[in-house]
Amino acid sequence: MNFSIYDFTSFNQWIDKFLYDNLPAFWALVVEMTIIGLAVLLFYALIGLFLVYAERKVCAFMQNRVGPNRVGPYGFFQTIADLFKLLMKELVYIKNADNLLFNIAPFIVICASFMAIAAIPFAKGLHAIDFDIGILYVIAVSSLGVVGILLAGWSSNNKYSLIGAMRSGAQIVSYELSVGLSLVTIIILAGTMQFSAIVEGQANGWFIFKGHIPAFIAFVVFLISSTAETNRGPFDLAEAESELTAGFHTEYSGIKFAFFFLAEYMNMFIVASIAATVFLGGWMPFHVGGWAGFNHIMDFIPPFIWYIGKTFFVIWVMMWFKWTFPRLRIDQLLTLEWKYLLPINLVNILIMAFIVLMGWHF
Amino acid sequence: MDNAVLKERILGLVPDAEYQENKQFLTFIIPPAKMHDLAFKLKSESDLAFDYLFCLTGVDMVKFLEVVYHLESTTHRHQLELKVRTEDRVNGAVDTVCDIWRTAEFPEREVFDLLGIRFNNHPDLRRIFLEEGWVGHPLRKDYIDEVNIVEF
Amino acid sequence: MKEVIHLPVQNVEEEEYHINMGPQHPSTHGVLRLVVSLQGEIVKSLKPHCGYIHRGIEKMCEKDTYPQIIHLTDRMDYFSAHINNHAVCLLVEKALEIEVPDRVKYIRTIIDELTRINSHQLWWCSFGMDLGALTCFFYGLRDREKILDIFEESFGSRLLHSYYTPGGLMMDIHPDFQKNVKAFIKYFRKKIKDYDNLLTGNIIMQERTKGIGILTREDAINYGVTGPSGRASGFACDVRKRHPYGVYDKVEFREILGTKGDTFERYSMRMHEMLESMKIIEQLIDNIPAGDYSAKMKAVLKLPGGEYYQRVETARGELGVYVVSDGNKSPFRIKFRSPNLSNLNVLDHISRGWKIADLVAIGASMDFVIPDIDR
Repeated sequence: MNFSIYDFTSFNQWIDKFLYDNLPAFWALVVEMTIIGLAVLLFYALIGLFLVYAERKVCAFMQNRVGPNRVGPYGFFQTIADLFKLLMKELVYIKNADNLLFNIAPFIVICASFMAIAAIPFAKGLHAIDFDIGILYVIAVSSLGVVGILLAGWSSNNKYSLIGAMRSGAQIVSYELSVGLSLVTIIILAGTMQFSAIVEGQANGWFIFKGHIPAFIAFVVFLISSTAETNRGPFDLAEAESELTAGFHTEYSGIKFAFFFLAEYMNMFIVASIAATVFLGGWMPFHVGGWAGFNHIMDFIPPFIWYIGKTFFVIWVMMWFKWTFPRLRIDQLLTLEWKYLLPINLVNILIMAFIVLMGWHF
Repeated sequence: MDNAVLKERILGLVPDAEYQENKQFLTFIIPPAKMHDLAFKLKSESDLAFDYLFCLTGVDMVKFLEVVYHLESTTHRHQLELKVRTEDRVNGAVDTVCDIWRTAEFPEREVFDLLGIRFNNHPDLRRIFLEEGWVGHPLRKDYIDEVNIVEF
Repeated sequence: MKEVIHLPVQNVEEEEYHINMGPQHPSTHGVLRLVVSLQGEIVKSLKPHCGYIHRGIEKMCEKDTYPQIIHLTDRMDYFSAHINNHAVCLLVEKALEIEVPDRVKYIRTIIDELTRINSHQLWWCSFGMDLGALTCFFYGLRDREKILDIFEESFGSRLLHSYYTPGGLMMDIHPDFQKNVKAFIKYFRKKIKDYDNLLTGNIIMQERTKGIGILTREDAINYGVTGPSGRASGFACDVRKRHPYGVYDKVEFREILGTKGDTFERYSMRMHEMLESMKIIEQLIDNIPAGDYSAKMKAVLKLPGGEYYQRVETARGELGVYVVSDGNKSPFRIKFRSPNLSNLNVLDHISRGWKIADLVAIGASMDFVIPDIDR
């Protein structure tokens, strides 16, 4: 498998060498960090804008209507118009709210998702950090988002926000277990937690096919739990609370609300990209072990396109079930996790371990 | 039960009920003091079994105020109309039938709100459509409102 | 030595608090204010506050002539507008002992049933939306447009038509009416299967509605809950069967009763009713007799003195019109027995002990239209 044309490792090393040759070591590091930071920010902003637009179009087509089609060709610049609107909105200051926590909460949520993006490989060599405990790092860091949500609810000094935040907190903490355990299933199959190794291990077939039954079950469980993690889809009772108010972000307006809103879409992107990387092969094209000719043809499509395609497929599935299913009640949601998903996960891990030991995977 | 038998039965229960001619329903005018007992018997006695109160209306017939009850039995399919009158336009009061037919709760509040007839022993007698501090009862014939009603 | 001061200990577990599902709320269908007393997540009691859209229709009618009253009845339960009109027309015709032509009776029945389907489509939209399945809203509205197009073609308006008048109809139906109605029925029979696929069979929806908000038959009769909500509890209250009007006695249709009286049954009743209404229309649409679209009526209608009562089955329950007449061209007193007022009365009773999310589901299944409550 010859990836040299699309290999970013040499490009990265060229930039690194160029900087260290021409600048003192400290400044070279600073410049590197700035470049990475800006690249991630830009990527984040662009993807965020695109996702908001995509959601509106996808939901419109499912509902037998057209969606935004006035601002720009096919309504493409709708999100930019929305962004302007949010920037110009008045920032409402709550008198009795704890101002420090109130202002920090959206930043915590955004920072948590930034940190998670950093570890995900977009193409060979194109990732910010390559830990050898990559998966553990991503799960740990995305848990930080809960802190932001709880702070938002608490500092708003509003009993409905508090109820919404508590519910949301309970939901996220419960479903993190399922997310973690379903990823553990694949770690057993792959034998490593490092993202780049996981992706390269899928060079002769994606894990969802290699690990057949337990990997497929893990994929389904991961999809359900990650939708619940990000407060999306049928699990959005904490925020689409048409019964009470808008949940934990009731008191936020303008740019701070935009942060929560954006963070939600980016979290969706992150879990979709983890699903794509771990189960569907990341940037690895669709290979069937042994069919060299087929594999060679598949290699011509750049890995970055594969990665984006897979991630957007998973995102589309998540949007699909948000707009189809009614909402679950809070007790039904927690029952689903603790009584159904958790036992299924644990049994699945055992099955996967057994299969790996016996060598019954592809 | 057909109307003739029903008429005998009602007159048997309340001898001083006044029968009124009506093309559609068998109609009686009941003295206010006897209404609650009669209502209880109408519901509980198995050959009468008037369990469905389908309309409760208040009417301002200039000389008096009246409350009209339309009853039906879901088992025997006979229907009945009862009227209770009060001439006191200031403190007119009638016994409630909420404890017998729960459906009467909101319509009685409506009669109180728009016509001013009080209901004794009602669980929550307050205005239902108009705001708490409204003065007067709009459905009365002598209600005058310079601001909200335009007379041609 | 200072005294030890004992502060009163609040029993935190038993603390109740009130929340306001205010007049502006996505889940209450219209301007209704519910003050819900909660303990944690459980509803302990609830008090509805009505009157936000009280327009004094009954008082206004005392100065209007009978044909003018028709226009006001449209505005009560506007999703069953035609059926409300029908009630007043029937009352006037019965009082004046006028026999309307058969053509009128057939057309009125067909339009009543189309109105019923229309109303139930909108109910389905908002039921799905209240539960969180937002796509249902658009599917229901898309199909409702077909009926509204038929109405617009024949009577010129999509809402608040005032098409019936004492003695008959305001004008004859459009020549394409029969063809369009038949095309609609064919289209909708396919679509209603989609509705079942999308919402009825969905496990999440069933978990949220089965066993919730049970209304027993005795309570339904005691509280006077009629319409599909009453029938779901086993109360056989369909006025079309018990006191038939129009041509309901000549058509074959079933009155479907439920046994459990929970939210899912109330939902199923309305789905079945849509099918039954289509059956009624199919039996009548090809057999509309030719003739006049109105009987000969005097210019000024004066009802003889006395009392009159007319009952009809709207999409939400039994509407009663009670008129006390003193021989003039306006009624001395007119009263509309509103089905939604009785249905609202029972909301407190059936939602006790359930959670807030269930309250929304129960309210959606009872299908309130607030202007009918307030009149």
